[in-house]
Amino acid sequence: MTSTDLPMPVLARDGLAGVPTTDAEQSRKEFASDQEVRWCPGCGDYAVLAAVQGFLPELGLRRENICFVSGIGCSSRFPYYLDTYGLHSIHGRAPAIATGLATARPDLSVWVVTGDGDALSIGGNHLVHALRRNVNLTILLFNNRIYGLTKGQYSPTSEIGLVTKSTPMGSVDTPFNPVSLALGAEATFVARTVDSDRKHLTAVLREAAAHRGASLVEIYQNCPIFNDGAFDAVKDADQREEAVIPLVHGEPIRFGAGGRHGVVRSASGGVEVVDVPDDADDAWLARLLVHDAHADDPTQAFALSRLTDAGHLQRAPIGIFRQVERPTYDDLTRQQVETAIGTSGPGDLQSLVDGPDTWTVG
Amino acid sequence: MVKQVEQLDRVVIRFAGDSGDGMQLTGDRFTQETATFGNDLSTLPNFPAEIRAPAGTLPGVSSFQLHFADHAVLTPGDRPDVLVAMNPAALRANVADLRAGGILVVDSHDFTRRNLARAGYEHDPLEGDDLAAFQVHAIDLTGLATGAVEGFGLSRKDASRTKNMFALGLLSWMYGRPVEGTIEHVQNRFASKPDVAAANIASFRAGWAFGETTESFAVSYEVAPAPMPAGRYRNITGNLALAYGIVAAGQLSGLPVFLGAYPITPASDVLHELSRHKSFGVTTFQAEDEIAGVGAALGAAYGGHLAFSSTSGPGVALKSETIGLAVMLEVPLVVVDVQRGGPSTGLPTKTEQADLLQAMFGRNGEAPVPIVAPSSPADCFDAASEAARIAVTHRTPVMLLSDGYLANGSEPWRVPDVDALPRIDPRFADGPNTPEGFAPYARDPETLARPWAPPGVAGLEHRIGGIEKADLSGDISYDPENHDLMVRTRQAKVDAVAASIPPTEVDDPTGDARILMLGWGSTKGPIAAGVRLARAEGTPVAQAHVRHLNPLPPDLGDVLRRYERVVVPEMNLGQLALLLRARYLVDVRGYDKVRGMPFVSDELAQVIAEHALDLVRQDERTDSKERA
Ligand code: SF4
Repeated sequence: MTSTDLPMPVLARDGLAGVPTTDAEQSRKEFASDQEVRWCPGCGDYAVLAAVQGFLPELGLRRENICFVSGIGCSSRFPYYLDTYGLHSIHGRAPAIATGLATARPDLSVWVVTGDGDALSIGGNHLVHALRRNVNLTILLFNNRIYGLTKGQYSPTSEIGLVTKSTPMGSVDTPFNPVSLALGAEATFVARTVDSDRKHLTAVLREAAAHRGASLVEIYQNCPIFNDGAFDAVKDADQREEAVIPLVHGEPIRFGAGGRHGVVRSASGGVEVVDVPDDADDAWLARLLVHDAHADDPTQAFALSRLTDAGHLQRAPIGIFRQVERPTYDDLTRQQVETAIGTSGPGDLQSLVDGPDTWTVG
Repeated sequence: MVKQVEQLDRVVIRFAGDSGDGMQLTGDRFTQETATFGNDLSTLPNFPAEIRAPAGTLPGVSSFQLHFADHAVLTPGDRPDVLVAMNPAALRANVADLRAGGILVVDSHDFTRRNLARAGYEHDPLEGDDLAAFQVHAIDLTGLATGAVEGFGLSRKDASRTKNMFALGLLSWMYGRPVEGTIEHVQNRFASKPDVAAANIASFRAGWAFGETTESFAVSYEVAPAPMPAGRYRNITGNLALAYGIVAAGQLSGLPVFLGAYPITPASDVLHELSRHKSFGVTTFQAEDEIAGVGAALGAAYGGHLAFSSTSGPGVALKSETIGLAVMLEVPLVVVDVQRGGPSTGLPTKTEQADLLQAMFGRNGEAPVPIVAPSSPADCFDAASEAARIAVTHRTPVMLLSDGYLANGSEPWRVPDVDALPRIDPRFADGPNTPEGFAPYARDPETLARPWAPPGVAGLEHRIGGIEKADLSGDISYDPENHDLMVRTRQAKVDAVAASIPPTEVDDPTGDARILMLGWGSTKGPIAAGVRLARAEGTPVAQAHVRHLNPLPPDLGDVLRRYERVVVPEMNLGQLALLLRARYLVDVRGYDKVRGMPFVSDELAQVIAEHALDLVRQDERTDSKERA
């Protein structure tokens, strides 16, 4: 299994600054709770859980300073299986609850676990606002393009025409592209990875955790029960080479056997996939788009996100679309409190309640 | 010229004008002068929902009513004794409330054909007999004000805008109000525009001098200071007192305060005010919606902050699922509902008490929450910290039910000595609470509260959520017996709050009352005023007020059963009455009005009289039956 390599980051990686660390050696096992994992056999969630449990020790954080907040859905059971603090909340509301927690507690590493129904349908409003505010959260969006927990209705990422229990004649809803949505919502970190690609998933988690601000990681997650094979094109060893458009910062975007496809700017102002001629010279190759995840302007990242199939998935860019720095909501909010205390000293309750206009009786 | 001074024991003044005429400011200043003078007082602003309805129209009229006296004031007053109307629309919208023989000061400047028509007048009411029942002073206030500020270099428009200060000066003379505070206030307010400050002060002084020198006003009035308990006082509105109560609760618990809120009338002032007090460690979060406001507050509460979410009825509807989660998580959280007229958007700027049952039952499943309701603007301070005390001590969401009348109304407040306020002890979990380790749902035997264990403490890592939890461990549990136990335990925990509720105070001075007037929330003042009138007419009547709506005070059933007739006036269709009847099997009678305005004392005195008569008739029937 090949995996897309990520370059060394060039950005300040202080996403975890302020969270107490430990020198003690940590193991994957320490992060597993005593609860029996109850996803269906073969569910992609197992692979993500294993990857997260395997990755967390690498952060060297004190376990008690990590908190996973989830909404409702199959993936939202995630916090129960990690021996950290965990909060399994309400359908769609995890980003809002996590915003309060992260703002109140700079000493916590706060993670949000959500799904396509949870984050993009019932909780769409909270997701876009958490991204816009750039709250220091790492959001793992498990996209299986279906409602699993409620037994198989179409979701806001399901393709048009999908026949489900609630759409016997096929869905007529245009789906969301979560990456495009996040970029439109001013997200500072947006990535896509695949449940079964442990190495790439871990590499993306590493960058997402290190990012100070809201990181949105869309994880293509197979639901073998209700939408099996939705991501076969990017998971299957035989198809993957032709289907995965790897995004590596600073690299020309090229894929397919022997790099026979490439991404170039299109006449319409977007980007498009072209075949790279066997005899392409340097001048031709210079036309290939070089991925710049650090560009302030999200236009190109957005254009790349549009290379994802909206219908049945046959091709999709995988990797970090955007990774830029912007002050976070929670840092700025805490700074204002500190500034207020710094300028006028800690508030004095007696003089507050007294106010300027008192009079005395007796 | 020597003017006559007449002594009065109480006066109700209403200032009315266009939304842009500065009536709220005028009312505020007159109130402050009155407070400084030492009268007891109560105020009620009344403004339209539209920010600036078309000038000169009825929907654009804004008013401010003030009741002050040489004795304890209970309400902003039923009918004004004095109406100041700044234009035809203000006159038309308010004159029907003025008591017969009352004083009417009208700015005649705008009584043109066009403006009269805009207000719906077919002819000029200042001519003819329309206003014959009143002492009318039609004065060109705008013209006089403009004249008084000539030479200050103001534009015509700005000059005419000082008319409210002229009116304030005139009324200040009429009632012998101290003026220094107003002058200082104007100087501070327009500190960066000394010309404007000077012009406003000139207009204010001209208004005073106009009263003193012209012949149209032969009499001025004196209302002696009211005897009040010794102490330092200030005038305060309900929303301000509520915000201060939240700041105080943070200080008293030693916890940082977090407020998650979405703008909504009439609760937004709580958000505005708290956002100014960051130096107290207060964080305010203006959320994307009501749900996120309470969600973030819940997140902060889970993280160990003292968390609040302020809103009005429609917002509570949106927050109910999160309040339900807080019931399950058993974390402290206070949801403030500044009630307004409903349902739906209803009457956003008017008051109502129709969210009691929503607060009580407006969630799926058995989801009990304690409910506290302040009874006056100043009481909002104590009620806010009381709600926080219950939330923290009992690890539960609490509903605090204020309303539009309390929020915007004001009264003198004896400023507390903050060192004497009761502390709130958060008692965070700091280690394992059972021999087997940490049990997040093990309980305090008395309060049944569970530990508050925010993240960050090693060894206490645990997972909780909205799915039913196993007793003690908090692990997911679908066991039927466990669910039954947990539902009952959460109810018992809320019921246990009753142990900390003080006994019900019953005001029954003669001890022979047969009727008990029982209220909750903002009706306390109006009911007391009605009771006072009834007693003055010789009807003995008792009064009690409920501050804790859930759980109800442990002695309330006994109190109700002591009276032959219990009457509950409410600004809804009988919500507390329903709860009392269900709970105590007492034949409580309701008196319900939903007009968006507080009760007036006359009508409540009338209600008392009717019930008294009914009891007498009942006696007679019993007597004649016995004779037969
Ligand atoms: S329904 Fe699908 S997503 Fe849910 S646990 Fe089963 S396989 Fe996983």
